Amino acid sequence: MKFPIYLDYSATTPVDPRVAEKMIPWLTEHFGNPASRSHAYGWAAEEAVETAREQVAALVNADPKEIIWTSGATESNNLAIKGAAHFYKGKGKHVITLKTEHKAVLDTVRELEREGFEATYLDVQENGLVDLEALKAAIRPDTILISVMFVNNEVGVIQPIAEIGELCREKGIVFHVDAAQATGKIGIDLAALKVDLMSFSAHKTYGPKGIGALYVRRKPRVRLEAQMHGGGHERGLRSGTLATHQIVGMGEAFRLAREEMGVENERIRRLRDKLLAGLTDIEATYVNGDLEQRVPHNLNISFAYVEGESLIMAIKEIAVSSGSACTSASLEPSYVLRALGRNDELAHSSIRFSIGRFTTEEEVDYTIDLLRRKIGKLRELSPLWEMYKDGVDLDTVQWAAH
Amino acid sequence: MSFAPVYLDWNATTPLDEVVREAMLPWLGVGEQARFGNASSRHEYGRQARAAIDEARVRVASAVGAHATEVVFTSGGSEANNLFLKGAAGVFKPALLAISAIEHPCVREPARQLQRGGWALREIGVDAQGLVDEASWQAVLAERPRLVSVMMANNETGVVQDLARIAAQARTVGAWVHTDAVQAVGKLEVDFRTLGVHALSLSAHKIGGPLGAGALIVDKRVELTPLIAGGGQERGLRSGTENVAAIVGFGVACERARAAQAQEAQRLGALREELERGLLQCGASIFSAQAPRLPNTVFFAIGQIDGETLVAKLDRAGFACASGSACSSANPEPSHTLLAMGVERGLARAAVRISLGRDTTAEQVRAFLAALAGVTDNLRNLASVAA
Repeated sequence: MKFPIYLDYSATTPVDPRVAEKMIPWLTEHFGNPASRSHAYGWAAEEAVETAREQVAALVNADPKEIIWTSGATESNNLAIKGAAHFYKGKGKHVITLKTEHKAVLDTVRELEREGFEATYLDVQENGLVDLEALKAAIRPDTILISVMFVNNEVGVIQPIAEIGELCREKGIVFHVDAAQATGKIGIDLAALKVDLMSFSAHKTYGPKGIGALYVRRKPRVRLEAQMHGGGHERGLRSGTLATHQIVGMGEAFRLAREEMGVENERIRRLRDKLLAGLTDIEATYVNGDLEQRVPHNLNISFAYVEGESLIMAIKEIAVSSGSACTSASLEPSYVLRALGRNDELAHSSIRFSIGRFTTEEEVDYTIDLLRRKIGKLRELSPLWEMYKDGVDLDTVQWAAH
Repeated sequence: MSFAPVYLDWNATTPLDEVVREAMLPWLGVGEQARFGNASSRHEYGRQARAAIDEARVRVASAVGAHATEVVFTSGGSEANNLFLKGAAGVFKPALLAISAIEHPCVREPARQLQRGGWALREIGVDAQGLVDEASWQAVLAERPRLVSVMMANNETGVVQDLARIAAQARTVGAWVHTDAVQAVGKLEVDFRTLGVHALSLSAHKIGGPLGAGALIVDKRVELTPLIAGGGQERGLRSGTENVAAIVGFGVACERARAAQAQEAQRLGALREELERGLLQCGASIFSAQAPRLPNTVFFAIGQIDGETLVAKLDRAGFACASGSACSSANPEPSHTLLAMGVERGLARAAVRISLGRDTTAEQVRAFLAALAGVTDNLRNLASVAA
């Protein structure tokens, strides 16, 4: 086993060796600028870019013409949300999203608010799923855009995208979906889903960092205002020289995902079930987020009566996170878990385990054993645990101010 | 094709330097030292990625005489230019923005976007050699622009502006000055402090680094609004999971470009001299020949022979070059740089750009000249038959 054991696949995934193999030639003998129309170096690069576009489109059953390259899902989210809001601002100025969205969506919507748009940040239910009735109720006559992520990055729950799509189409509202955590984990059929804009990332699906895509629906056509101006690449929606090797890598990663996700996800589900059984066996642990409407790759568990920082320190043999990577520098408890109704203490003592292509059963066994031992030790030191074991209801204790 | 064409389009993009590639490979999961962490993760995988980015940041900064904290990594030069212009405009009420008339589209187009948002836009004219025109510049300066962006070296003509002087004068009226130095780095000495600009854009793939990485070097006293919001990476100025492999490659490429710069400038300068002697013998007129230029770039025209046609013929003869910037190579319009210099459209349409680089040899230059002579003779004969 290689230590620390990597169980943070939701933060990023290693590049699959087969993906790297496809990328390398574009770092050596082929190096053209895909925009160079006057020589073979440019043509070869352009052809590779178009093949990759087909591969990405195929995973989500879209037309290649609907795929726009970006530098990653963060940029895709920014382009989709600001681009649509700016384009359709004449129709209205209200935007709806969820409190549990990724920062790349939340901060972008906040930026729109500073520009004069109005935003509703919807609560989710205790299981992390959006309440469709609440969403319906939040829609106003001037609502122009709804942004809901497909799979949550912290708790792995799958939002009812098909139902929200129907609702949006009926009301003529542009619907954006951040699918960074969904590709390769669940089937996505954009011919069936009434989604107008969808963000993708390569590095969450065994492709390279620095490349992503935005799906922009053609029928019915959705319009965007570009956010990056220049040479007019990507039909004017996103200027900047295309990074051929990265695009080729994303194409191959998505091709592999399409071919292998069926088998792979069964294997991952078995590992997750084992991890789930092994960890929930520990007393006073709580799984965060719905267990049914959820990708098997994610397990987010709160261990009560354990201090979060000490827990992270105690399990250095495994690489996990206590929230999303993007917010892991802050000591604030996860805003996603808070939105699920977890109190600060439980949110603080939560661990996100995310399993992936290279996780082995041996690693899962090791992790279960490690957690059992360490949680036991930490609780031995915890006065709260002692009170809990003595039958004190900690929620009713009146703490003295000091 | 059984053999690779001779690459003479180094201003469009450069082949990846082998040393750069070796540095990148672990971050693409190749070899014993394979790495892949998200730099924001707090565990070992993440810390390794963070350390690699920090190291690259120091390399990029020192290549242009800046401090590591002044480097904001982006997805490339286009994004860096967009970030400065829109980011700086975001902190002011609409005022006057001045750019030179020969900027790359990724400066010109964001500027036009700001114009649609209420900013006044002035283009600073250039003279027949492609240098900023003194009278035009003084007239713009008198209007006290808030933001000024003038490219350090032009991608087509290779003309190098006297940026230190332009920056100093712009500062006297309180303007923030930015320069697109994408074509300058590695070919000239670029020093952030000596130039006296507030911000400077760089791109990795123009200096032997990978596609997909660039940076905005920005004075810490300059406040910008981000272009891409989210996780708050790059001091909040550029969100999104860092492209570690490309950033690592960019760092190494900067270091190597800086180290080789003086010697390469001399070597490529000599090659270009030979190239230009041959071009003149072919009856070429060389644009901006009297101006200070990048040592590797020649922009020329041979009579009224259409540039696109010439480039296509040269491609068939085994030489990859361009009729202008790659970004607009799908665009049939003649070079806007040449039009801004007052070159008449017919001649501008005849323009061909040769740009040399690290792997260019004297043999390649001679072979190119021989091929060019054949191609032009052939085209002239065809023309005389048609006439």
